[in-house]
Amino acid sequence: MSSMASMRSRPWIRHVVLILGAIVMVYPLVWMLASSIKPERLIFSDPGIWPSEIDGSNYSRGWNGVGIPFGNFFVNSFIISVGAVIGNLVACSLAAYAFGRLSFPGRKTLFALMLGTMMLPAHATLIPQYILFFNLGWVNTYLPMIAPKFLAVDAFFIFLMVQFIRGLPKELDEAAAIDGASSFEVYWHIILPLLRPALITTALFTFIWTYDDFLTPLIYLSDMTLYTVPQGLRLFLASTGQSSWGPLLAMSVLSLVPVFIIFLIFQNRLIEGISRTGGKG
Amino acid sequence: MMGVLLRQAADRPFASSALAMLAPKIGRRGRRGNVSAYLFLLPWIAGILVLTLGPMLASLYFSLTSFELFGSPHFVGLANYERMFFQDPRFLQALEVTVAYVLLSVPLKLAFALAIALLLNRQLRGLGVYRAIYYLPSLLGGSVAIAIMWRQIFSYDGLLNEILLKFGIDGPSWISSPDYALDTLVALAVWQFGSPMVIFLAGLKQIPKELYDASAVDGAGKIAQFFRITLPMLTPIVFFNFVMQMIGSFQAFTPAFIISGGTGGPADSTLFYTLYLYQVAFGDFQMGYGSALAWFLLGIIATATALAFISSRYWVFYEDSGA
Repeated sequence: MSSMASMRSRPWIRHVVLILGAIVMVYPLVWMLASSIKPERLIFSDPGIWPSEIDGSNYSRGWNGVGIPFGNFFVNSFIISVGAVIGNLVACSLAAYAFGRLSFPGRKTLFALMLGTMMLPAHATLIPQYILFFNLGWVNTYLPMIAPKFLAVDAFFIFLMVQFIRGLPKELDEAAAIDGASSFEVYWHIILPLLRPALITTALFTFIWTYDDFLTPLIYLSDMTLYTVPQGLRLFLASTGQSSWGPLLAMSVLSLVPVFIIFLIFQNRLIEGISRTGGKG
Repeated sequence: MMGVLLRQAADRPFASSALAMLAPKIGRRGRRGNVSAYLFLLPWIAGILVLTLGPMLASLYFSLTSFELFGSPHFVGLANYERMFFQDPRFLQALEVTVAYVLLSVPLKLAFALAIALLLNRQLRGLGVYRAIYYLPSLLGGSVAIAIMWRQIFSYDGLLNEILLKFGIDGPSWISSPDYALDTLVALAVWQFGSPMVIFLAGLKQIPKELYDASAVDGAGKIAQFFRITLPMLTPIVFFNFVMQMIGSFQAFTPAFIISGGTGGPADSTLFYTLYLYQVAFGDFQMGYGSALAWFLLGIIATATALAFISSRYWVFYEDSGA
C-alpha cells in the first residue's frame, strides 16, 4: 500500500525504475555495437561502452571473413524476404477478403480451420514438406522459402487483415456491387486501397520474420553461395570459433541493421500490429 | 480480444458467437459471392491441403515407418514411439530440457511484461520512448546475431564475467557449464518480454476508467483496485499471452542451436526438443523417427493448450461471459 501510494505521489521513482530497466535492456546491444569498433584485445578487457580506441578493421575483415563476401548473403536474404512479402500480400489479402466480406457455404468451418492453423507448430509439417520439396527438386533453391507464402500459409496475416476488413465501412463495396462491380473489382478497387495499413504491417512482419528465419534456410540451402545472412553468421561462427570475435560481432551488428531501420521508421505500426492481433513478434 | 476468441473457438469450434461476429454477414450479396469466394480462397485452400493437412497426414504415416530420406518408408507399427520412451535417453533428456525451459521462461517473461506494463500504464511522460526501448529486444531477439551476442556475453571471458570481476567475483563459463547453460537461454527468452508487454499495455487501456472511479468512491485503495479490477480485467490477456508464449517456447530452436553450436551441449543440457528433432531428421535423415518426434511434440503442445483452456474456466474473467 505505502509503496504504491508513494509511487503515485512521486512519479520520479517510477522513472528511476524504468530508466534502470531500460539500461539493462539496451546495454547488451550498445555493448555489441561498441565492441564491433574496438580493437579485438579490448573486447574482453573492457566491458565499457565507450571505446578507448576505435578500429574499423573488424568490419572489413568480417565482410570477407568466410571467403564469400557478406554482401552476397545480404542479397540472398533480400531476394527471399521480398519474395515472401509479395506472396503474403497477394495470397493473404485474397483469403481475407473472402473471409471478411463474402458469404459462402462452409465459411465458418473454414475460418475455424484457419484460426487453428495459426496455433499449429511449424515442426508438425517440417519433415513431410521437406520430403515434398526434396522430391520436387527444390532443395538448394529459394522456392521452399517463397512459394508457400503464395499459398497463404501464414494464417496470422489472414487473421490480421480479416480483423481490419471488418472495421471498414460496407457502404462503399455495397454501392459498387449495386453499380455492377464484380467481387474482384470490389477487392481490387475498394478493399485493397483501404486495407493499406494492414498490408504494410503484413509486409513489415513478413520481411522481419523471413529475414531472421534460420531453420528453413538451414534445412534447404547447403550451397554456400545461396546462404542467407543468418547462415553466413553461423558459418562464420563455426569456422572461426572464438578466434575472431571482433569481425563476428561486426557482421552481427550489420545483420541487425535492416530490422533496426524498420524499427526506427515503423515502430508505432509494429507495436499497433502486435497489440491488435497479439502477434508473436 | 483474441483471448476470448481462442477460448470460444475451442469450446464450440464451429458455432461460436465470436466467429460469427468475426465474419460479418453480407446476406443480400447472394449467390454471386458463393462462386467467387472460393476463387479468392483458392491459394489458401491449396496451401492448407498441400502444405498443411496433407503433410500432417503423411507424417502421421511416416511416424509408423522406418524411412531414410533416400529409401522408401516401410511400416514398423509403433516401433518409433516405443523407441522414444524405452530406448532413447536423448529423447527423454530433450523432453526434460524443453519442459524446464518452458516452465521457467514463460512465467518469468510474463511477470516482467506485466510489471513493466503496469509501470508504463497511464499518462507517463516519455511513455512512447520507454515502450520502444523495452519492445526492441523482442523484435531483434530471434535472430542469429543476438544469439551470437548472447554467447559472447555469457562465455568465460565475456561481458557478464567482466562486470562481475569488477565486484571481485570470478564467474564460471556460463554457456559451457551444464548447470548454467539452460539458464542463459532462459535469460535470453526473458529479455524478449517486450511483445507480451505491448499486448498487456493494450489490454490495460481497455479497462474502463469508470471502474476505478467507482471503486475509489467506495474507498478502495490502490492495492485493492489492482486485485479487484486490474488483474481480473486483465486475465483474458494473461491467458492469451500465456498460451501464445507457451506454444512459441516449445518450438524454440535458433538460440539453442547457435549457443551450443548445433549440438545441444554441454552434456545435452541445451538439447531443445526441436534441436533433437533437427538432428534426427536432418542430421541422420531418419524421417520416420523424426516424424514420430514431431507428432509427439504436436501432442504435447495440444495437450498443454487444452489444459490451459480447461483451467481458464476457473481463473479467466470474461466481462461478457453471461452467454
